[in-house]
Amino acid sequence: MIDDTLQIWTVIIVLGLGTFLLRFSFLGMIGSRAMPGWALRLLRYTPVAVMPGLVAPLVLWPAATGGETDPARLAAALVTLAAGVLTRNVLAAIFLGAAALYLTPLLF
Amino acid sequence: MTPSRSAYLRGCLASAPFALVIVPFGLLFGVVGAEAGLNIVEVMGFSIMVIAGAAQFTALQMMADDAPTVIVLATALAVNLRMAMYSAALTPHLGKAPTGMRALIAYFLVDQTFAVSSMQYDRDPGMPLAQKVAFFFGAVTPICPLWYVATYAGAVLGTAIPPEFALDFAVPITFLAMIAPLLRTPAHIAAAFVSIAVTLALAFLPYNTGLLIAAVAAMITGAQVEIWTERRLAR
Repeated sequence: MIDDTLQIWTVIIVLGLGTFLLRFSFLGMIGSRAMPGWALRLLRYTPVAVMPGLVAPLVLWPAATGGETDPARLAAALVTLAAGVLTRNVLAAIFLGAAALYLTPLLF
Repeated sequence: MTPSRSAYLRGCLASAPFALVIVPFGLLFGVVGAEAGLNIVEVMGFSIMVIAGAAQFTALQMMADDAPTVIVLATALAVNLRMAMYSAALTPHLGKAPTGMRALIAYFLVDQTFAVSSMQYDRDPGMPLAQKVAFFFGAVTPICPLWYVATYAGAVLGTAIPPEFALDFAVPITFLAMIAPLLRTPAHIAAAFVSIAVTLALAFLPYNTGLLIAAVAAMITGAQVEIWTERRLAR
């Protein structure tokens, strides 16, 4: 149980302000100044650089199973990825991934 | 219809599919927060002031594990470092907006609004500023208000969602569905591969630092492969 009210509000306020400053960093300070070409080239890859790394451990070692690889979650991840690549449709990928997540346990 | 109004509506439409994952994700945060001992004001404090699901879950988990406040903050902020990259990536498109507007955009800069907007600006870089801003707030509309409402509902219900629903997996599925359509060039595929490989190899590092190193390596990989591809095409 979390019962330290002072800690809770310290975390909420500092995390809130810190997150806002991260989001405002470039938008706020650089403003209308143009970014150099090499920076733009790097930043083009931000989503594919961060999100796969964020997801990989969650797929392979889900906390919900105590870190043990789970066939249903693995199948759901692979189906979502394949559906997303083939259809280019985010919603279809989510639906098919969820279907794989719920149907895989029935197969075993 | 004015061009800005139509851009706003296109933004709404583009991010609407994510409502389907924001709702379970927000509900889950409300439920987990309530079960961890937070009251409704505290749970809502997280979702309104931080408005970043992954970091909120991280902070909650670490407080439940009795981690010191400084470590809780450092870890949760590390999870959110990607927001600075989002900020930088949108600056060429939205940097000329008035300061107050940019502050509001920054507050609403979450994974989904970023993904949808940056894809749109990539596709149509020549869009006028007013339409780019309108598109962004269109993308915010189906996402952020639902985040507050879903969190509130989860905290009020407080009832445990049965673990069979595997709601924890809403996050990975959403992210994967967002990434997959981006894997359209060798550079994007190489960057994604490096991101995964380096994160897994550095999983032993504390506080998500492995992910940060992996992200930097992956961005450099993507940029380098892009340069090689261009050279080969130029020949």
